[in-house]
Amino acid sequence: MNFTINGQSVEVEADIRSSLLDLLRNSLGFTGTKKGCDQGACGACTVLVDGERINSCLALAVQYQGRSITTVEGLGSDGALHPLQQAFVEHDGFQCGYCTPGQLCSAIGMAREIERNVPSVVTADLTAASVTVDETELRERMSGNLCRCGAYNGIIEAISETLAETSASQTPASSHERARA
Amino acid sequence: MSMQSESANTRPGRWQPAVTQDPMLHKHGALGQPVSRIDGPLKVQGKARFAAEFPYDGLCYAALAFSTIARGRITALDTTAAEAAPGVVLVMTHRNAPRMKAPSLMMSSPTAAGASDLPVMQDDEIHWNGQPIAVVLAETQEQADHAASLVRADYAPLPAVTSFDEAKKSPRQLDNLLGQPPVVEIGDAEAALKAAAVQVDQIYRTPRHNHNAIELHAATVAWTGDELRVHDASQLLDLTAGQLADIFGLESDKVRVSSPFVGGGFGGKCLWDHQILACAAARLAGRPVRIMLSREGVFRIVGGRTLTEQRVALGASADGNLDALIHTGIAAMTTHNSCPEQFTFPARHLYAAKSIRLAQEVADMDMLANTFMRAPGESVGTFALECAIDELADKLGLDPIELRRRIEPETDPTSGKPFSSRHLIDAYEKGAERFGWDRRSPTPRQRRDGEWLIGMGCATATYPYHRFPGGAARIRLTAGGQVTVSTAVHDMGMGTATAQAQHIAARLGVPLNQVSFEYGDTTLPRGVIAGGSTQTASIGGAVIAATEVFVEELLKLAGNDSPLAGLSLAEVETRDGGIGHRDDAARFESYESILRRSGRDELVCEADAPPPAEMEAFSMHSYGAQFCEVRVSEITGEVRVSRFLGSFDAGRILNAKTATSQFKGGIIMGIGLALTEETNFDPRSGRIVNASLADYHVPVQMDVPAIEILYTDIPDPQAPMGARGIGEIGITGVGAAVANAVYNATGKRIRDLPITLDKLM
Repeated sequence: MNFTINGQSVEVEADIRSSLLDLLRNSLGFTGTKKGCDQGACGACTVLVDGERINSCLALAVQYQGRSITTVEGLGSDGALHPLQQAFVEHDGFQCGYCTPGQLCSAIGMAREIERNVPSVVTADLTAASVTVDETELRERMSGNLCRCGAYNGIIEAISETLAETSASQTPASSHERARA
Repeated sequence: MSMQSESANTRPGRWQPAVTQDPMLHKHGALGQPVSRIDGPLKVQGKARFAAEFPYDGLCYAALAFSTIARGRITALDTTAAEAAPGVVLVMTHRNAPRMKAPSLMMSSPTAAGASDLPVMQDDEIHWNGQPIAVVLAETQEQADHAASLVRADYAPLPAVTSFDEAKKSPRQLDNLLGQPPVVEIGDAEAALKAAAVQVDQIYRTPRHNHNAIELHAATVAWTGDELRVHDASQLLDLTAGQLADIFGLESDKVRVSSPFVGGGFGGKCLWDHQILACAAARLAGRPVRIMLSREGVFRIVGGRTLTEQRVALGASADGNLDALIHTGIAAMTTHNSCPEQFTFPARHLYAAKSIRLAQEVADMDMLANTFMRAPGESVGTFALECAIDELADKLGLDPIELRRRIEPETDPTSGKPFSSRHLIDAYEKGAERFGWDRRSPTPRQRRDGEWLIGMGCATATYPYHRFPGGAARIRLTAGGQVTVSTAVHDMGMGTATAQAQHIAARLGVPLNQVSFEYGDTTLPRGVIAGGSTQTASIGGAVIAATEVFVEELLKLAGNDSPLAGLSLAEVETRDGGIGHRDDAARFESYESILRRSGRDELVCEADAPPPAEMEAFSMHSYGAQFCEVRVSEITGEVRVSRFLGSFDAGRILNAKTATSQFKGGIIMGIGLALTEETNFDPRSGRIVNASLADYHVPVQMDVPAIEILYTDIPDPQAPMGARGIGEIGITGVGAAVANAVYNATGKRIRDLPITLDKLM
């Protein structure tokens, strides 16, 4: 199977039953992506596929050949943290750190959804030209990522700050995605 | 290297628990600062390596098959299809598993770590629905999972007690409740209750819960000859190593367990069957093994909090003094574990009453061993007690905070011991002011926003201080001035490494960036467990002792040519990267200078913590006041927590940032306890039926408002660093604060957790 992972072309032989999550963790050593339930209920395995957030535990790896996959290992650049990673550290957006890679990838995918004006269940005006980003919108849109340590407040603070600092033209996408674009 | 003896402990300048204070009590430095987590950058980059993420050549993957009956015998076990499946290395069952000793129950000996003392896969007996009956090892996880699904078992079932209603008909009295008497009686509480002017007498029920840390339980294990290496997700490293050595008949130094990162614990990341089975299967296969439980597997073989049925009866005079305080009840347990869910503990020290009766029993069931989960006892005990206090305040026509002010005791009401430090009312007052408690109407159903009824509630949080003996710490100072402190403790996200680095920097008077804290590996000096909010104080005790040895060694090395010449431990303090006379700023020599002059590259000192005498002399507890505002839909019965504030009195706070997070995390787990969490146990089959995160509802982002945290930050004079421990207290009182707010909103008392929609319709 062939994939582009964090900007690098990867070729690997794997069981066709492998989920994208198990392929990443067990076959390719990208252990930053976490398994918390293996059934799409916790969000710990969230990765970006062509910029869209998905639960990699629900994705058969074989279906994602040729796609561009970004994991937590691909968010920063040249050893520097992505601004959202830095904000998570500053706002204590985690305790144990296990759900964190999924939270980060999910937040970056979410920022793109907002940029594309995708509404959520709490969006009041579905016809508005742009989604008004407030705390309720962010909390709703991040509710697929469980955090049992309860770092939810810090996660929202980190995302809010990063979104505010990122201009509309520059979403907090990963560096190599920006480079590609 | 030096170990403390009793006589050394009473030498001038040494900390004598219950007699003298930790000298740190009056120092600050880096202590308390909101330092970001030291391991934060690793975690946000996905570089923190968890138990299932250690590579080995020839690694094989494990999967388990589970029993489908609660009690009986396996009469046939067909593994042929599993063994023939592609990639399978072996199938292990009771027929071919290595012979192993059974674990011993935690706290039954210094190395016991067993959550249950049942033998693990040694015979055909089934003790609970979900017990592992086979381990499959295969080249990939997919192959192992598939093969495990092919294992077929037949059973001869035996009658099983799987209904709590049946089990509680034959209650069992325990000899002791975690070392405390199971029954406490002061006066004739039942008679006083009957005679009291105002009475509350209610039954409260709390369900089973599961920890559900997001990291699945996992271990990577490898044998080299008779040496066993275990990469675990553990909150009791040294106990696990000692217990595994015992199970496999090894010398304890042949087992090394490490766990630098743990993806959440909450009491659940202890020694369960999966680590033992992985070690056994690895030995059988002669290959390293990785086991990572499925989420269902976690529910099947890792116990959770048990269910309780509690009676709280309060008799009061019209002016709000307690004539009678009764808290009794029963919790489900098994005959092969020792976790009684000590829900009567809060009533032992919280309130003054003329007569008291506290008693709890257990109901034995055929089920997976229940275990400690965040604030075992106090989390659910405060639900019952603090709801009853609210009901009493309502009957008395008193504000619930005013009632608590009137029943605030001067000394511990059941032990008679002095409190080491207690500022509960202070916490209430600060919290009430900040939360706007004065806007609460004492009459229910007075605030409304469309379909939403709005109410406020409060409740007391409490958790005991404990310091475990048996921990040691090692201090290494290099000629370059770097300090490393080492002890085999744990950081499951509590911020141990960060707070301890701050502690050590402040204690030794060195900059934070010159301090390293080593933990998470049994090759380090023996550490204490991470449980019961004890680890910080326990590490503190060991570091105090090691620091005393360190200073004495440096004074010896300094010799007669130093400004410190002739000074003893009692006369000096650590400051500015060296040692100085307490009262004479001129008499000072830096660590580097002392090492340089004595021709040393480094100094290494190690010591054991002194015994926790302070716990014998004082009643030591953390306290808090939990404030909640809820919105309850009159149409659907849906409850939303709209505001929450926790005001804590937990001693000195070591790191404002990580402590705030830990308090919030406890409160959020408490919101789950109040509103959504319940492990559903089928009373017909004894099987847990919601064994997934889709069906067991932990709080998600949308369930959690911005939570505000206050704390008194008053150092406890009897505790190392003045810090009492903060891991559990956040969850305590939350269930009652939510339930009391629901009452204030709706006029309905819900005494049966969780407060789901149906109960409010």
